[in-house]
Amino acid sequence: MPVVNDLSISVATANGSGSASSNNILFKSIFKMGIPCSSKNMFPSNIQGLPTWYQIRANGDGYLGRKDVIDVMVMFNDDTADKDIYRVRDGGLILYDDTKPLPDHLKRDGVQYLGVPANALVQKHVEAGPLRAKQRNMLYVGALAYLFGIDMDTIREVLSDTFGNKPAVIESNLLCIELGYNHMRDNGLSQSISMLEKIPGGNDGKIVTEGNTACALGAIYGGVTFCAWYPITPSSSLAEALERYLPRLRKDKDGKNTYAVIQAEDEIAATNMVAGAGWMGARAMTSTSGPGLSLMNETLGLQYFAEIPGVYFIIQRGGPSTGLPTRTQQADIQLMHVASHGDTRHIILIPHDMKSCFDLGRKSFDMADRFQTPVFVMMDLDLGMNLWGSDPLELVQEPFDRGKVLNADDLEKQGGFARYRDVDGDGVPQRTLPGTMHPMAAYFARGSGHDDQARYSEDENDYKETLDRLRRKHDTARSYVPKPLVESQPEVNTGVICFGSSYEAVREARDRLRAAGVETDHLLLRALPLTHEVREFVASHEVVYLMEQNRDGQMAAIFKEAYPEFATRIVSILIYDGLPATAGEIVRQVEQHREAVANGIETKVDESWQKQIASI
Amino acid sequence: MAKANRVDLTEKDYKGADSTMCRGCGHDAISASIMRAFFASSVDPRKVIKLSGIGCSSKTPNYFMNQAFGINAVHGRMASVATGANVGNHQLIPLGISGDGDTSAIGLGNFCHMMRRNVNITYVIENNGVYGLTKGQFSATADEGTVMKGGKINDMPAIDLCELAITLGATYVGRSFSGDRKQLAPLIQGAVAHKGTAILDVLSPCVTFNDHSGSTKSLKYIREHLDPLHDIDFIPPYENIEVDYEEGTDQEVTMHDGSRITLHKLGHNYDPTSRMQAVTALHGAVAEHKFLTGLIYLNEERAEFIEDLNLCDTPLAFLDQDAVQPPANWLDDINAELMK
Repeated sequence: MPVVNDLSISVATANGSGSASSNNILFKSIFKMGIPCSSKNMFPSNIQGLPTWYQIRANGDGYLGRKDVIDVMVMFNDDTADKDIYRVRDGGLILYDDTKPLPDHLKRDGVQYLGVPANALVQKHVEAGPLRAKQRNMLYVGALAYLFGIDMDTIREVLSDTFGNKPAVIESNLLCIELGYNHMRDNGLSQSISMLEKIPGGNDGKIVTEGNTACALGAIYGGVTFCAWYPITPSSSLAEALERYLPRLRKDKDGKNTYAVIQAEDEIAATNMVAGAGWMGARAMTSTSGPGLSLMNETLGLQYFAEIPGVYFIIQRGGPSTGLPTRTQQADIQLMHVASHGDTRHIILIPHDMKSCFDLGRKSFDMADRFQTPVFVMMDLDLGMNLWGSDPLELVQEPFDRGKVLNADDLEKQGGFARYRDVDGDGVPQRTLPGTMHPMAAYFARGSGHDDQARYSEDENDYKETLDRLRRKHDTARSYVPKPLVESQPEVNTGVICFGSSYEAVREARDRLRAAGVETDHLLLRALPLTHEVREFVASHEVVYLMEQNRDGQMAAIFKEAYPEFATRIVSILIYDGLPATAGEIVRQVEQHREAVANGIETKVDESWQKQIASI
Repeated sequence: MAKANRVDLTEKDYKGADSTMCRGCGHDAISASIMRAFFASSVDPRKVIKLSGIGCSSKTPNYFMNQAFGINAVHGRMASVATGANVGNHQLIPLGISGDGDTSAIGLGNFCHMMRRNVNITYVIENNGVYGLTKGQFSATADEGTVMKGGKINDMPAIDLCELAITLGATYVGRSFSGDRKQLAPLIQGAVAHKGTAILDVLSPCVTFNDHSGSTKSLKYIREHLDPLHDIDFIPPYENIEVDYEEGTDQEVTMHDGSRITLHKLGHNYDPTSRMQAVTALHGAVAEHKFLTGLIYLNEERAEFIEDLNLCDTPLAFLDQDAVQPPANWLDDINAELMK
């Protein structure tokens, strides 16, 4: 008997072949059946012709991380077929286009092959034209629908939701899907891996979106008025979501814009525009990824030192250099944490799902205004660009925090102000906005050494005081940033810490470990600087697995610096192949470590790092 | 009683901190012209934002109008900071001060794109052909054949920032000399009145590193090679002065705010509203080793950048929560769309 609602499908196509549309229909149909599902798009940095894989996971238990194994391979890309046949697990299924007979080198043992003559069918039934090649991909949607039990009514609904006002498009797609469906049915083809069954109400009230859209909506509700950006994968869709939603959400009564979005000439211009707008008092942001962040470093130092707010959405991808622009990673943590030359420490907010993308996207502007400094929202490609099911985005209604901004009346009452003086002992000075019509309002913002009245100074005491106050300000932020989410039980002495897009895979891994008799507590980190709850968690566990998606354990290094007395407790779980993390790999690394400890071979420090050092 | 202008301020109200430039530096003379121009045009310093990058010139905004907000940004990026600032609060008057290293080398790309956008700014380049703070290296505006202190000869052609400005979309382009306050002050007044990118390339001899014989940016060389196009008068909108107008000799240009610039021709038959003529004249001057000064190009037709953005009247920086946070029920609509 096939299991119910536990399936991973990888669709191998060439990019630019129209598969984005067919994959979307497939994914949304499963979603509409009420089954928890997620999709991971492994796409190339290319416009047309390079291989792309779209991996869907349907899981009745609600696990949304990438599945470790591929149950079904849709082999629709000849260029990768010889490798794709080995990507599918033993006992899995390969669906291929059998218009022509399968060549011998694409045959392997231990898997089931099912054919659908997609080329032949579209040539016979679809009018010749540029769309025909693209329609071919709809055939596998139909074939899979029949094989796994997606009913045609659901597909019709999804087509109507997707192409609502284009009946001709709905019809032509439906025709191809039915061709695939009927072919499997009429030839009595079937599989025994898993069947998809509707879960009544399963996804009712749920949305499907990607993190970049949720962040953009968060920014809009957070009152962003200025965005300067430069196109770069995987962050462009965040700024483009702003451009899509702002005209609808943010016109004043005269139809004029309460925002400006500027596509800059490079990331250096973008960050400096943010600095200019932020200095004025506008809620200013940019979005970029690693290479852009590298270019922005100098101005991040200016914003830190001259104390100018700004929000930086960083959608991480594989680095260094161009790296893997279309794959996911969390390898810019330290670049964000201490961006710029000189001593800096930056605030980083870390969403892990769609709702927190929205919420922290909104909140980031309050943080930037409160602390008069750049605030990072740390994303990655998996969270930012892949589709995630979620409860609806929710607006927490609270007044904006514009921080310590003085107006002309305040200045009059107070008898002026000193821009960089720590009047409250929290390291956060008072600020005026240009345009404040008071003779004492003006100050000179500068990236060079200054005294507390913003005057140029090379005096060693002024300089040190400024550095120390900035450190104090960062410490104050510790009690303002989002607290971690902690799950703990008494008597459990193994902890797992993760953040960002790793959350789903870690949740699943912990359940698997529990099933294997290993209980763990969990801390979901949501911000830097580290809050006292994080310290307490590390202090109260003998072993703390810190899972992150980079080679060197960048977050672990931050922990070890912050908690040197607990440094040896922190064991890195590192996934850095550019693909979204899987529970299986996390479990494997945890078990490997436990085994080593059991055998008396303690490898508590990051294994890979030690190997690196040993090999030098 | 010191004479007050129309916003009830005296010349003292336009002063800044004491200058730390070298004695005799051209930059101080430019600062003096700036103070004179803003006073004469009755611009309230509290409505001015001063922006600069890095270098000797970029230090000078500290030395005038201390009631104006200022920012001393990173090297070469003032053009971008100004773009953000102008959009963040379009009611303020941006005054950018830059040097030839800041503008023509490290910041050239961002400078170009600011002009391409026609961002509203008065952008003054204090051009001495040399890096002062790092002690005398050539900049990209150093003329071909000019000699560095110590004898090194520059064999690269200079970037002509005025020509570049005209080509890339700046709408008010002038060249002047720090020592010619009579010409420079009205040029600055016109630049401030102009809505769009106003580039003023001001030759400003570096008395320490570039004032020797063999240098084409020495005080002596510049004075000997100046070639003014015209005498300039700036008449603010509130002044109803009738100017003696001589057909064929004088040209008057009315600006959007009603102010007027009158140009009294000096030998040249020159029309600054012609882009072609402007570029041709600049090329001719380079060939003759002359510094053409005056209002070289003016285009009052092209819209400034913020007009393209259809911004609301309240500056973006001063919009309150009610103006920028959409109603919660609109989010419900978006959620409903994301359920499809």
